[in-house]
Amino acid sequence: MFAYVVRRALQGVLVLFVVAFIAFTMFRFVGDPLDGLLGQEATQLDRIELRERLGLNDAVPVQFARFVGNALQGEFGNSYRNGVPVAGMIADRLPATLELAMVSALFATLLGIALGVYTAIHRDGWLANAIMSASLIGVSLPTFLIGVLLIWVFAVELGWLPSFGRGATSDLLGWDSSLVTVSGLKSLVLPAITLGLYQMTLVMRLVRAEMLEVLRTDYIRFARARGLSERAVNFGHALKNTLVPVITIIGLQVGQITAFAIVTETVFQWPGVGLLFINAIQFVDIPVMATYLLLVGTLFVSINLIVDVLYAVIDPRLRAERPAGRA
Amino acid sequence: MVGNATEADDDVLLRVHDLVVEIPTRHGTLRPVDRVGFTVRRGEILGVVGESGAGKSITGAAIIGLLDRPAHISGGSVTLAGTRIDGLSERELQRVRGARIGTVFQDPSTSLDPLKTIGDQLAETALAHLPITRREARERALQALVDVGIPAAAERLDAWPHQFSGGMRQRVVIALALIAEPELIIADEPTTALDVSVQAQVLTLLRRLCTDRGVGVMLVTHDMGVVAETTDRVAVLYAGRVAEIGPTRQVLTDAAHPYTRGLMGSTPDTSPDRDIGDRLVQIPGAMPGLTAVPAGCAFHPRCPSAMSICAMREPPVTVLGDTAVRCWLHEDL
Amino acid sequence: MSLDTDPIGPPDRMPDPAPGRLSRAWQSDIAWSFRHSPVAIVAALVFLTLVIAALAAPLIAPHTPFDPATLNLMDGFTPPMGEGLGSGSLYWLGTDDQGRDVFSTILYGMRLSLLIGLAAVGFAAVLGVSLGLVAGYAGGWVDALIMRIADIQLTFPSILVALLIFGVARGLLPPESREQMAVWVLILSIGLSEWVQFARTVRSSAMVEANKDYVQAARLVGRRPMAILFRHLLPNVMGPVLVIGTIYLALAIITEATLSFLGVGAPPTSPSLGTLINIGQDYLFSGEWWILLFPSLTLLALALSVNLLGDWLRDVLNPKLR
Repeated sequence: MFAYVVRRALQGVLVLFVVAFIAFTMFRFVGDPLDGLLGQEATQLDRIELRERLGLNDAVPVQFARFVGNALQGEFGNSYRNGVPVAGMIADRLPATLELAMVSALFATLLGIALGVYTAIHRDGWLANAIMSASLIGVSLPTFLIGVLLIWVFAVELGWLPSFGRGATSDLLGWDSSLVTVSGLKSLVLPAITLGLYQMTLVMRLVRAEMLEVLRTDYIRFARARGLSERAVNFGHALKNTLVPVITIIGLQVGQITAFAIVTETVFQWPGVGLLFINAIQFVDIPVMATYLLLVGTLFVSINLIVDVLYAVIDPRLRAERPAGRA
Repeated sequence: MVGNATEADDDVLLRVHDLVVEIPTRHGTLRPVDRVGFTVRRGEILGVVGESGAGKSITGAAIIGLLDRPAHISGGSVTLAGTRIDGLSERELQRVRGARIGTVFQDPSTSLDPLKTIGDQLAETALAHLPITRREARERALQALVDVGIPAAAERLDAWPHQFSGGMRQRVVIALALIAEPELIIADEPTTALDVSVQAQVLTLLRRLCTDRGVGVMLVTHDMGVVAETTDRVAVLYAGRVAEIGPTRQVLTDAAHPYTRGLMGSTPDTSPDRDIGDRLVQIPGAMPGLTAVPAGCAFHPRCPSAMSICAMREPPVTVLGDTAVRCWLHEDL
Repeated sequence: MSLDTDPIGPPDRMPDPAPGRLSRAWQSDIAWSFRHSPVAIVAALVFLTLVIAALAAPLIAPHTPFDPATLNLMDGFTPPMGEGLGSGSLYWLGTDDQGRDVFSTILYGMRLSLLIGLAAVGFAAVLGVSLGLVAGYAGGWVDALIMRIADIQLTFPSILVALLIFGVARGLLPPESREQMAVWVLILSIGLSEWVQFARTVRSSAMVEANKDYVQAARLVGRRPMAILFRHLLPNVMGPVLVIGTIYLALAIITEATLSFLGVGAPPTSPSLGTLINIGQDYLFSGEWWILLFPSLTLLALALSVNLLGDWLRDVLNPKLR
C-alpha cells in the first residue's frame, strides 16, 4: 500500500507542476506585468530598469523556478487592480469560502447519502419516485438560478432570511467565523443550500445506483438466504459496499463545490475567494487569477490523494500485498 | 407429484407438492416450474438434476421465498416438517431461512461480503437465529470453521474472504449454511465453480456433515457424476416438470423415463468393463425454452419412443415400486 | 448463480451487425422505446418548440428589444399582460427597466444561448473525437500525452476551466474588442472545457479497431488507415457520442448561462438567458418579479428537456443500466 500511496502522490505532484506552469505562463505572458507596478510618468528607461530588476529578462526556466520558489513561500505578487499583495487578499477571504464549502459539503453528503439509500431500498414507493423526479430538476437547475430563486422566495417574499452577505462574524478558535452568530448562521442557510443542492442530487443518484447494484449481488442474496433481517442486510452489508466507490466521488465533490462557490458567492455577495476570482476576471487581474488557480489546483490534488488513501484503507482488498489464497 | 407413498410421514422433512412458479413477461406468462413435487427425508440427500433452464434453481429459490420479482409461486405447496412455508410473510420466512433451511450457492467467490471478516459473517448468522451472546457466537463461528475442515481456524476467523481459495471459500459457505443448525440444506450447484480435485472434497464434507447431524439435503446439479457419487435419491427435471424420481442407483442403472435414459447414455462410461466400441448417445434437439413448451409431454419431440398420445396429453404420474415416472410408456392405456 | 428469470434473453437485438443493418436495428429499437416513453416525447416536444421559437425569433418576436430607436422608456416596468404607459402596446410578459419587451428578449436570448451551447458542444465533439481517434490509433507517446492532458483537465470542474480560459482569452484581447468577441470566446472556452469525455470514449473504440485486420490491410495497400478507421469507427461510437453530446449540451447551456449571469459572458447589449436573469435579480426587491421569472423558467425548460432526452437516450443505448 505504501507503494500505491507514493505512486499517487507523484502523479499529484506532476499535475501540480503542470498547473504551476500554466499559472506562471499566465502571470508572465498574459498582459504586461509591469503595468501595475509603474506609474503614469514612467519612462522607457524606468521600464528597462524594472524589467532587469524583476528578473524578467532571465531564461524562462529560471523565471519559472523563481516563481515556484516564491509561491512555496507564499509570495504571489501584487494585484493589478489595487496593488495589494495577492497572498493577503486571499488569506483574508479564505475563511468565508471554507466555511461555506464545508457546510455545503456536509449538507450535500449527509442528505445525499440518506436519500440515496432510501430511494434504493424503497425502490417502487411513491415517495422515492417523487424524490427521483425532483432530483432531475435539481440536476438541470444551474446553481445561480437556485440561488436567485431561493432569494426570491425566502428573502424577498417571505423575508425570513437575508439575501446577501455573511452576517456578523465572531471569533472561533482564532478565525472569523459566521457559525457562532445568529445572523451568521441565518446568512449561511441559503448559500449553503444553493451550493450544496446540485452536489446533493448527484450524490443521491450515485448512491442509489450503487446500492441497487449491490442489492443485486450474490452475497446479498446469500445474506438473505441466511435469514438475516432486512436491516442487517441493508445496513450491515449493502451500505458499506455501496459507500466504498461512492467515497471517491464524495471526495471529488469538494473540488466541484469549490468551483461552484464562485457562482454562489456572486449571487449572495459572499465575501470569499470565489467572488475575488470573478472580480479578477472582470478586471483581467492576472496575478489574482493565477494564484487562485494554483491554490485550487493544490486543493484538488490534495483531496484526490486523501481520497485515494482513504479508499485503500477502507477496502481491504487493496491492502493485501501478500499472495492471495493460502488455503 | 409425490415421492414414495409408503414412507413414514414424520420422516419427511421437506415436501414439495404440485409447485408452480410463474413469471409474467411482455411475451406472456412463463412457467419455469410446472407442478413439481418431491420429498426430502431427514438424513437423506436428494439430487435434483436437469439441464440449464430446467427449473431446478428456481425451485430452490421458491422454497425459501427468494424468487426475483416478478416471479412468484402461483400454485402448489411447500411443507417443512409438517408446516406450510410457502405464503409466509417475509418476517416469518427470515426465521425459516438459515435457522431451518440453510442454503449453499454456486459461486463461492461472490457469495461472501468482501468487506466483512468471515468470523463476523458467521457470528452474525448465529446471532440472528440463536439466543446466544456475542462471545458464544464467536465460539460457534470458530467451531463451525473447524467442522468444515479449515486448518488453523482460530487465525482464519478474522480473515477476509478474498484471502481464501475457492475450495476453502465454499467450505466457509457451507459453515455459514450450517451454523444456525438448520434441518434442511438446499445446495445449488455447490461444486460447479470449483476445480475437479476440490469438488470431491466438498461433496464428501457435505455428505459427512449431513449424516452426522441428520440433516436433509436437496442437491441441485446438472452433473450426473455428482448425482451418482453423492445422492440417495434423485429427481430428474425437464422443462419445469419432474420426469422421474426414485432411488439413485435404480434411476441411474435402469431409468424408466426416456429422457433419463438419454442422459445416462450420454455420460461416458468409465467403468473397467465398459465396451469401448459403444458410442455416446446424444439426445437430438435441445430442451425447449419457456416460451415454446410443446403440448402434451414436453419431451415428446426428442423422444425416441414417442407415441401419438404423447403429443396430445401430458402423461400422469405412474408409480413403479420405489420410483415414480411421468411417461405414457409406463401407463396402462 | 442465475435463476433464469428471463430465459428468452434480450429482445430483438441482432448479434454483431455490419454498419448498414446496425443503423436499421437501432432505428427500430430506439423508435419503439421513444414511442413508449412519455417523458421522452414531452421532453422532445418542449425542446423542439423552444428551438423553433429561438430560430424564428426575428420573425415572431413582437418587438425588437435591441434597437434603441424602438424603445420607449415610459413603457418600462410594465407588468405581464399590461399596457405600456408610453406607447400603449400590449406586453405579454411585461417589460424590463428600459422598456424592452420581456417576451422578445427571451426569444433572442434563447437564440443566443442555444447558438453558443450548440456551437460549443459541436466544437468539443469535433476536437474530442479527433483527439481520441489520434490517441487511440497512434498509441505511444502521443496517446500518453493526450491522455495526461485529459486527466489533468478532468481534475478541474469544467466551469472553472471555462472561466480560466475565458479570463486568459480576454487578457490577450485588447479591451476594445472584448465585448465583440465575447460570443467567440465563450464558445471557445466552453468547448475546450468539454472535449475530454468525447476523446476518452472514441479513444477506447479506436484502440480496439486499430488492431483489426482491415486497418493493417489499408496501410499495406497504401490507403490512409485513419480515414478508413474513422469510417468504420463512426457507427460504433455514434451512440455514446450522442449520449455524451446531449449531456454536454445541457451542461454547455448551463455553463454559458452561468458565465453570462456572472457578468463574464454575453453582455447586456446582446444578452443571453443568463444575462437576463442577472438583470432580473436586481429588480427582485422592488417587486418587478417578471423580469426574473420568465427568463428563469425558459432556461429551466431548456435545460430540463435536454437532460431528460439525454437520460432517455442513455437508458435506451445501454440497457444494462436499467
